[in-house]
Amino acid sequence: MPKSRKDRSMPEISASSMADIAFLLLIFFLVVTTIESEEGVRFVLPPKKTEDQVVDMHDRNIFKVILNSSNKLLVEDEPMKLGTLKTEAKLFLTNYKANPEYSDSPQDAVISFRADRGTSYEFYIQVLHELKAAYQEVRAEEIGLPVDKFLALDKNDPAQAKFIARAQEVYPFRLSRAEPTDAGGN
Amino acid sequence: MSRFQGRSKRSGQQEIPTTALPDIIFILLFFFMVVTVVKPSDRLVENVLPKAQNLEEVEQKNAVITIYIGAPVDDAFGAEPKVQVDDRFIEPKELRKYISEKKDKLGDLAPKLMIVLKIDRDARMGIITDVEQELREVDQRKILYVTYKGDPLN
Repeated sequence: MPKSRKDRSMPEISASSMADIAFLLLIFFLVVTTIESEEGVRFVLPPKKTEDQVVDMHDRNIFKVILNSSNKLLVEDEPMKLGTLKTEAKLFLTNYKANPEYSDSPQDAVISFRADRGTSYEFYIQVLHELKAAYQEVRAEEIGLPVDKFLALDKNDPAQAKFIARAQEVYPFRLSRAEPTDAGGN
Repeated sequence: MSRFQGRSKRSGQQEIPTTALPDIIFILLFFFMVVTVVKPSDRLVENVLPKAQNLEEVEQKNAVITIYIGAPVDDAFGAEPKVQVDDRFIEPKELRKYISEKKDKLGDLAPKLMIVLKIDRDARMGIITDVEQELREVDQRKILYVTYKGDPLN
């Protein structure tokens, strides 16, 4: 009995090493942690192909972009360099009947792009990026903000959402992917 | 002078209380434990992503399916790009079933589901198109092409 009492009163676990143990664990998690960034280019695929999809549109309202298997661009049936694509797309969107080759109004305008199965993914992303950037820039201009400020607008804030809504109304995002071709093989 | 002496004497006697130290470190530890995402799968394919600017994020971080596409790391599987989900290779045709199963598990979050595509920049559009056609079949059309931040034209 006295022995057990002594045992009970004795044990004082030294907590000094606790910090060391925690430190080790902490360092382990510090090393293992990679705060992974999942950022990129968003895109919405066209809906499932249906039989009767007749598109009744005036040719001038469609901006055709074709990517071939040797990573070359064909825009409105003319070869084009990637660097000028954005400018050209912006001209097309903001035409307002000025040039008979380009769109009637931004609401009618559609950018249609089609990639071949042999096109490289990197090139596809570059083209997609340029076309999205064209939309972002004309939208930002519509509101009168620089592009980075426009993109930083918070859609959860009603006051700022109003701006976004207006830009979207004037320039609806109508970027469509046509069915892919298979000229260059896989 | 006497005051100075007194102070030095006091500090010599008194130790810095370290009793709170483990607690502080534990809090840090818990923070990192929570933040850490132990990588859910090993990559079986090459994955050098392309670059883009003005990047967007996923809507719901826990309603995401990640699909990798790229040439297999192990040469035994050939040099042609393959599709990887979780820890295994998958044929594009099997994706339809895979995604509807995942969607069922998500329940309420299913409408927010976004497909995160991590595609090697050397892959060709052929296999990517096959995957996208499957996604369209199951009406899962919101996708995110994951990229690095940088100038795409460089």
